[in-house]
Amino acid sequence: MKWRLQYRLRLRRKLALWRAFKKRRQLKRIRNRTNNIKKNDVILICTCKDEFKRLPYFLSYYRDLGVNHFLCIDNNSTDDTAKYLKEQPDVSLWHTKASYKKAAFGVHWMNWLARRYCHNHWVLTVDVDEFFIFPFCDTRPIGALTDWLDDTGISSFSAMLIDMYPKEIPEQDSYLEGQNPLEIAQWFDSGNYSIKYNPEYYNLWIQGGPRARVFFKNKPEEAPSLNKIPLVKWHRSYAYMQSTHMLLPRGLNLTYETNGGEKASGALLHAKFLDDFSSKAQNENMRKEHYAGGREYSAYANNINDSNALWSPMSERYINWRQLEILGLLSKGNWA
Amino acid sequence: MSFGVVMLVHTALDRAEQIAKHWAAGGSPVVIHVDKQVSQKRFASFQAAIADCENVSLSQRVKCEWGTWSLVEAAQIASQLLLDKHPDIEHVFLASGSCLPLRPVQELKHFLLRHPTTNFIESVNTHDVTWTVGGLSYERFLLRFPFSWRKHRKLFDLYVELQRALRFSRRIPERIVPHLGSQWWCLTRNTLSKILNDPNRKKYDTYFKKVWIPDESYFQTLVRLHSDDIQSRSLTLSKFDYHGKPYTFYDDHLQLLRRTDCFVARKIWRKADKLYKTFLHEPTDYIKAGEPNAGKIDRIFAKAVERRILGREGLYMQSRFPIHKQYSAKSYDDYSIFEGFSEIFVNFEQWLAQVTGLRVHGHLFAPQKAEFSENKNIFAGNLSSNARLRDYNPSGFLQSLIWNTRGEKQCFQFGPRDNQKISEYLAQDKCAHIYVITGAWAMPLYRTGKDFDDIRKEAAKLQKIEQDHLQILKQKDASAQVSHWSLAEFVEDPLPILQKIIDQVGPRNIRRLSEAPEMHDLTDFDKFLFKLKNKGMDPHLIGEFLPQPMKENPAIQRPYLVSQNAKNI
Repeated sequence: MKWRLQYRLRLRRKLALWRAFKKRRQLKRIRNRTNNIKKNDVILICTCKDEFKRLPYFLSYYRDLGVNHFLCIDNNSTDDTAKYLKEQPDVSLWHTKASYKKAAFGVHWMNWLARRYCHNHWVLTVDVDEFFIFPFCDTRPIGALTDWLDDTGISSFSAMLIDMYPKEIPEQDSYLEGQNPLEIAQWFDSGNYSIKYNPEYYNLWIQGGPRARVFFKNKPEEAPSLNKIPLVKWHRSYAYMQSTHMLLPRGLNLTYETNGGEKASGALLHAKFLDDFSSKAQNENMRKEHYAGGREYSAYANNINDSNALWSPMSERYINWRQLEILGLLSKGNWA
Repeated sequence: MSFGVVMLVHTALDRAEQIAKHWAAGGSPVVIHVDKQVSQKRFASFQAAIADCENVSLSQRVKCEWGTWSLVEAAQIASQLLLDKHPDIEHVFLASGSCLPLRPVQELKHFLLRHPTTNFIESVNTHDVTWTVGGLSYERFLLRFPFSWRKHRKLFDLYVELQRALRFSRRIPERIVPHLGSQWWCLTRNTLSKILNDPNRKKYDTYFKKVWIPDESYFQTLVRLHSDDIQSRSLTLSKFDYHGKPYTFYDDHLQLLRRTDCFVARKIWRKADKLYKTFLHEPTDYIKAGEPNAGKIDRIFAKAVERRILGREGLYMQSRFPIHKQYSAKSYDDYSIFEGFSEIFVNFEQWLAQVTGLRVHGHLFAPQKAEFSENKNIFAGNLSSNARLRDYNPSGFLQSLIWNTRGEKQCFQFGPRDNQKISEYLAQDKCAHIYVITGAWAMPLYRTGKDFDDIRKEAAKLQKIEQDHLQILKQKDASAQVSHWSLAEFVEDPLPILQKIIDQVGPRNIRRLSEAPEMHDLTDFDKFLFKLKNKGMDPHLIGEFLPQPMKENPAIQRPYLVSQNAKNI
């Protein structure tokens, strides 16, 4: 019956591509600078809403990492997001008023842009509050990683989400424009992650961290997924299925070794919990534009006002990727 | 007298140009072979870039494909041109476009002057080769390989299998003794000319055209025919991963590369600006006489290979997730599980922690919450004591706990009242040391003084659970180390058993136990058992219980046996 499953997955992938194709009209082009994309460039795709304050640091972080071009989708922001992005020389910008939820949480838009502009490029798909780190990222640019992956014949690279949080809930509006959010949210959980194997898509399903510990302790099965495969050597036939948690063809999800060895992997530092978190949680809870009816946000909204601080004396303060490698959250694998 | 360089270039022409000019500036003539697959346009601009260098010339181009004869052919053509064009050179150094000289050209010159007749070429008899990937070493010379290993792997493998099955074997030409080694060599003019002008060259070439990866064997084999002065090592530092692919060097390897004292290293990442800048502009006026020594760099790369193949045992993470049984149930370090002890002894956990100095938890899998030591709600790595979180993935919970507490041995209590889902994992984990006192669950029951019918039901349930648990531990393929005693057996003389356990669990040189920890009161426990039996339950896991000697009646010191049949008392 293996071929039946395989065929079903193939149909699912085709369907995802078809939906991406249909949703392309929702994206209104504001600035298209994709002509500047050169062979071997690394491209970043992100969808954002009202992220004006975070954008300056976000862009500079990824420019420093060696990302060459940004494809941004502005989901009807009401702040200066669009105005700011329009002026950036390495950003191509699209605008949409359509529902984030109905676009499978942005996946359709993203699949479309990747298919249209990123064939044969390494693509990094992240949110504005996610910071990609990988082994040696303090001494080697992302191009070194992608060249090495090319040499070894690997076309997808996993980076699990690590939720970062502050020690004390910061005051409203204490995050300044252009500031490194990791200065505020510098703590994380080092070893409370649950990993399960998904035989259908071959991916690992990782849950845990502070969100499971505090917001989902009574229904851990609903805790948000932390497994992500954000860096892919894109081919126009690929499609993300559920955020960047998994892709089709499913071979791309095999970013782990099952015989005992370690493959190389990175991490996405998730600086979600900043000063604006509780107001955002309440807004998003009202908007219900997120996964599974925004159950994540409603769990936050219900909990954030309690004294449920995320920080504990066992929390770890972030230093660098080597620390994460020692803790066993990421690995150098065969890269040296 | 000097040496010349043959460069085989496929990509990164800008770097190749830089390196070629560096060699030439140091007084060594260079002949470059550019892969014919490089477009005419790029080749033309490369040609223009080196046109002003007198000592750099280009050879006739061949289309190069990895693992094929074309690479040897390219080396032959370029070497011949170099020898013909520069009659004064005494050594020829074969390098690639991504090789980087680590020491000044003058130093290599001096080194070769000191060894005027020596050929530096790794050349190992195929019988002694241990490093070939895919198991093909001697067979490279005996089979045919018409299919590309990179493009048609399956066909390649199938054809190899077929030839093996048919016992097909090519005839190796006379005098040829197959040798293998790194494709980057440095040969003397004398030896190289002899190889290129060998009267049998045509015959050898025809043979080697069909050998697999001939660039690792052609010169390595033929050099043995023409010279006795061979140092079987490459002057080029090159490290290979477990797939046989060369490792790449980056800017952060700078200090490491400096310390190797090797003359040339490959491969260098083409954008490693700092490496190129540093090594190509090193002052040339000082002479280091150090012999090349790659040993220092070996360790790092050996570690990478080990990490990729074995990984860190006991680690479960996004890129290491052992699924197969032989690898999967394996924690990071030994840990001990005590079943029944805390039911028998007062404050057993405290006592154990004191005696052994280990981390002792309560019932980690208790139904209400994980009883971490010191009654903590959150433990190492931010593991929560919440029972639902734990029970969502019990083995993951335990693996995380053992991994998070590396360097500190863990002990915890377990029993039939706990969540039993973990049993299967415990049985499979060879790091688990399990000590069971069967039937000890009866002690708390005995102390409760609840309604006896309830007690009996409870006892039957617990015994059933423990029975199943023991069955899992005793499975044929279980790897945990299990010792068990019945309650009766244990209570009879606990000290030697405790001593044995402490010796196994605790650190060495613990002083001998002089007394056992305080036991819960056992007076009338025998009567309790009788009652259980009389109510129709068979507490067989408890064993043949000997009642405690009565303190107030020293006359009845001799224990008597409770017979299974004594139902009428």
